Amino acid sequence: MAAPARRRRRRAPPFARILLLGFFLVFVFVPLYWMFNTSIKPSDDYLAIPPVWFPDAPTLVHYQAALFTYRGLEGLINSLIISLSATVLSALLGTLMAYSLARFNTGGQHLSFWVLSQRFLPPIGIVLPVFLIYRNLGLYDTHLGMIFAYTVFTLPVSVWMMFAYFRQMPRSMEEAALVDGCTRWQAFLRVAVPLAAPGIVAAAVFAFIACWTEFFFALILTSQNAFTLPTVFRAFIGFQGAQYGEAAALAMVSLVPSIALGVLAQRHLVRGLTLGAVRG
Amino acid sequence: MAQVRIAGLSKHYGSFEAVRGIDLDIPDGEFTVLVGPSGCGKSTLLRTIAGLEEASDGTIEIGGEIVNDLRPRDRDVAMVFQDYALYPHMTVARNIGFGLRARKMPRAEVAARVDEAARMLGITRLLDRYPRQLSGGQRQRVAIGRAIVRSPRVFLFDEPLSNLDAQLRDEMRSEIKRLHQEIATTMIYVTHDQIEAMTLADRIVLMRDGLIEQQGSPLELFERPVSTFVAGFLGSPRMSIMPGTLARTGAGPVIRLGETLLPLPRAPAGDERPVLLGLRPEHLTRAQGPAPAEGSCRVEAVIELIQPTGSRSYATFRLAGEPVMAELQAHDVSRPGERMEIDVNMARASIFDAGTERAI
Repeated sequence: MAAPARRRRRRAPPFARILLLGFFLVFVFVPLYWMFNTSIKPSDDYLAIPPVWFPDAPTLVHYQAALFTYRGLEGLINSLIISLSATVLSALLGTLMAYSLARFNTGGQHLSFWVLSQRFLPPIGIVLPVFLIYRNLGLYDTHLGMIFAYTVFTLPVSVWMMFAYFRQMPRSMEEAALVDGCTRWQAFLRVAVPLAAPGIVAAAVFAFIACWTEFFFALILTSQNAFTLPTVFRAFIGFQGAQYGEAAALAMVSLVPSIALGVLAQRHLVRGLTLGAVRG
Repeated sequence: MAQVRIAGLSKHYGSFEAVRGIDLDIPDGEFTVLVGPSGCGKSTLLRTIAGLEEASDGTIEIGGEIVNDLRPRDRDVAMVFQDYALYPHMTVARNIGFGLRARKMPRAEVAARVDEAARMLGITRLLDRYPRQLSGGQRQRVAIGRAIVRSPRVFLFDEPLSNLDAQLRDEMRSEIKRLHQEIATTMIYVTHDQIEAMTLADRIVLMRDGLIEQQGSPLELFERPVSTFVAGFLGSPRMSIMPGTLARTGAGPVIRLGETLLPLPRAPAGDERPVLLGLRPEHLTRAQGPAPAEGSCRVEAVIELIQPTGSRSYATFRLAGEPVMAELQAHDVSRPGERMEIDVNMARASIFDAGTERAI
């Protein structure tokens, strides 16, 4: 009874479904296409009326300008170094911290919430002291300084996500491993971590995206050396007018790692974000 | 193979005392069942033996060696968990061999021992599957396989059958019993199910509020419970327990229940006083012959409730106002309201002090 009824309901309104999905696709992809289009249009076509949907003479000059003249490539490399390092550190430390909180009740019942509460403070509240400290320690405008800042910055959410993940995992599997012949470390590495992989991957992807798009700290804590991709965009909008082509070109470039990461981690992400909903 | 000796063992969680100074000697090769209601400390005791909980006080000795400070892996025990605790990311073969690999045993020997364990449990064809592809009974077999493959000194079972349905539970119960007869290793088994306790145990340790209430062979506990708690916990249907008075008459000692006098074959120690009389259903049978047998007495009954089980029927009637259950032959009784004579075997009755609820 139930199965045919469901099938009928699923099949029922194809037109409405297609319309809705179509509208959504347009909503998502038109701005993306507009950006891509702008990045290969000659400057004269930017704001032409009617809009130029298919440029007659596509060009890569904006990419060249954005990457080299405006030092976008350096920003890209800096961003990759800083974001990837911070993500790896955040995942490593976060996994250990979350495991400790979940299994050993470290710091009693309040420490886990305290970790998360670090994100309640608006960054602007600490950015000036951090700037002064960094300048004195020689961390200002260095990769190391930015990696450190971003690790600290993303840890609370990483820890919290993985804490939730570890907490819903039954302890008995690790206990079985302990009795079976593992040390605590082996039980952690051979049983707990593989089982928590979806949670760890999900937390890492979130951390990476947060680092990749972070602007405020990058603006204050870097200048000519460790500047990241988002800060490069400042240069495109000046008092002489906006460099739409260059901005669009750099935006296209900056999308690539996020999309690649999303595709790679997709399988884990879904499981990681649904947490305990799908128990093996 | 090892004996387990527990002395003065306590486990506190903050101010809560889960286990309160337990002494227990388990001889080598014995099947001991820790049984009791939930929260009685039986699982905590087991986990403390495994090393998953640290003892607050007292000592645990396995094979003559005090293991309090040893890590779980160094105690040479194996444990089967209630939720099986199989590693979901490993195949059955890897699950079973995990403990051996963790101890750096050569690959070929691991494979041989895994095959041997799988053969013993009849799960050879499941070796390449993952736990999620197995039924509950199969998972439990794998969990047991993971334990026996290591040939540990002691097996610990933490309510291993409680997630299975009734039929599988019966099946696995006999399998565990057979396993114990085959390998004759010391086994400690925790359950809240008194039937599991009765059928599996060489010795039952009945716990209550973190203490041992009584220990002994299943029949010992069943026939000579030291308290109303033990009497009520073991046996299904439960023992009927009713208040009365221990009195002495010219003809000898009796239990007085209201107007009814039930003569006792032997006199318990002490004066006349209020007591609790405990009768199991099988101590009450339909009267046969002109007079009750030696040690029994005969009472009039009006059957109120009949519960047939096929081979037997449990009939409830009132004895001096208190409900009592008798175990009758299936055809002895046909409908509620029937009158009949019941013989009460007072020789096997349990008598408890009304105040302390301990056996007299």
